Amino acid sequence: MNGAPPKGLQQHSAVIYPAVMLLIFFVAPFGIMLAVSFYHRVESAFYEPAFELANYARFLTAFFGKALGFSIWIAALASAISVAVAFPFTYFMTRLGRPAQVRWLVLILAVLSLSEVIIGFAWSSLLSRTAGVSNILVWLGLMAQPEAWTPAFSALLIGLVYLGFPYTVLVLYPALSRLDPELAQASRMLGASPFKTFFLVIVPVLRNAIMSAFIMVFVFDLGAYILPQVLGKPEHWTLSVHITDQAVFQSNIPFAAALAIFLMLVSLALVSLTMLLGQQRRTP
Amino acid sequence: MNNIGRNIFMGAVLAVLLAPLVVLGGVSLNEPKQLLFPPEGFSLKWYVELITLPDWLNAVKNSLIIAITSAFLSVSIAFPLAYFLWRYRVFYARILFGLGLAPFMLPPVITALGFLIFWVDVGQLLNLQLYGSIIATIVSHAIFFVTLPLVTISLGLESIEAQVIEAASTMGGDDRTIFRTVVLPLVRPYLISGYAFAFVLSLNEYIVAYMVAGFTVETLPIKIFNSLRYGYTPVMASVAVVFVLVAILVFGLIARFGDLPKLMGAWSNKET
Repeated sequence: MNGAPPKGLQQHSAVIYPAVMLLIFFVAPFGIMLAVSFYHRVESAFYEPAFELANYARFLTAFFGKALGFSIWIAALASAISVAVAFPFTYFMTRLGRPAQVRWLVLILAVLSLSEVIIGFAWSSLLSRTAGVSNILVWLGLMAQPEAWTPAFSALLIGLVYLGFPYTVLVLYPALSRLDPELAQASRMLGASPFKTFFLVIVPVLRNAIMSAFIMVFVFDLGAYILPQVLGKPEHWTLSVHITDQAVFQSNIPFAAALAIFLMLVSLALVSLTMLLGQQRRTP
Repeated sequence: MNNIGRNIFMGAVLAVLLAPLVVLGGVSLNEPKQLLFPPEGFSLKWYVELITLPDWLNAVKNSLIIAITSAFLSVSIAFPLAYFLWRYRVFYARILFGLGLAPFMLPPVITALGFLIFWVDVGQLLNLQLYGSIIATIVSHAIFFVTLPLVTISLGLESIEAQVIEAASTMGGDDRTIFRTVVLPLVRPYLISGYAFAFVLSLNEYIVAYMVAGFTVETLPIKIFNSLRYGYTPVMASVAVVFVLVAILVFGLIARFGDLPKLMGAWSNKET
């Protein structure tokens, strides 16, 4: 609804409360965190005001450089797999009848809302020696005895893909459900196989949607902090785990803040890129 | 792609999506206090322990209090903001709206650390023990999940046809009357689904609850994570099963009484 801009206190009254809440409880925390990232750490207390770049300089050490590199590598790999599976999945889902679509959506939402803790726990059971898939393989006679497949890089990767998959589906869903079905029909009528239609028509048309889904899921996976601890080995700790560790166990809040600000800048840059892609999509 | 290939692919995805849930269900029914799958024996005692053992019951209570109140607070922030933006379309309302979407676009650990620092500092400033209090968790969750009701309610408002509002105003309704008699009844389902989304996600949330009050206010996800480190028990699996059932129930109800595909189609509009 459009109209004259709001005048006076009375017409503004609706927005005052949400504005105050968001400014105090969302903008202020980020502002304080930015300030704290330049503060000086004090042993046995939290920190004292200062302006030093030491916290930022510490990224440059090989240890955190490696953690950052690993975080980006595994998040990119996991989100690439998520998109590669979720794209055809979502495409098929949107071609289903409405009741079937609704059932899938309920399941996807239920998995999406699962706590990362529960996902970590479930996969560590699934890949464990006592309660895992390997027991089924033993039972089928394919393996001699059950094995533990976690903690390992592959276990962490599986967990991240599972975590990111429902999110990917929901990011792709709007674009795919609005896709004109005549597009595929035209391609079929011109003699292309379903396989060709999918890869040469559907995928290129939705190139931007795929790219933005990849970036969104990448940022989402970058934020995983439980899975690396439960399914990975210590060398698989991501930046998110280090932020928590520095803040809670090492009580080095200024350094944690600096790491968080850095991670935020990376994420913001990627999200802005997604929005640019989104705008291109609207004005072809 | 042909139908057989499609069905095999969809079936495989379904199997992988369900596998962890099946294992959790099996583990939660174990007779011995071990995480075995397939389960040994059959027992519902871990579900009983969830609501009888004081420390688990306490976590259930904390989680419910936080989810119920923070989702309410989220909606109370989101609704007037969404209404104001819909009614006036001024740039500062857009900026606030963008702020409301932000927590969902950043890795949660960042927001969580921001809250931690905020509650420590404000607590020191006001000489109150805010860091580690349940109030801090509730308010932090309310802000963290404000995106969900904000998006669903805006969608609800957008779906009100302009003619309906015009008709109401030509017939002499002022803003307040139109709001009460037209807008509110039409957006009510979206208010409820926004609340439901925030509720379910708050129930499952770990990192913010942990950073803000993890050592004093134990929620169910925190309790599960602690049990993962110090002493496994099938109760963990029973919590997970209950959570899955709650999620399926809530989203099933939304689907039953609302338009889930539409809600999802717009849910990700936040990204464009």
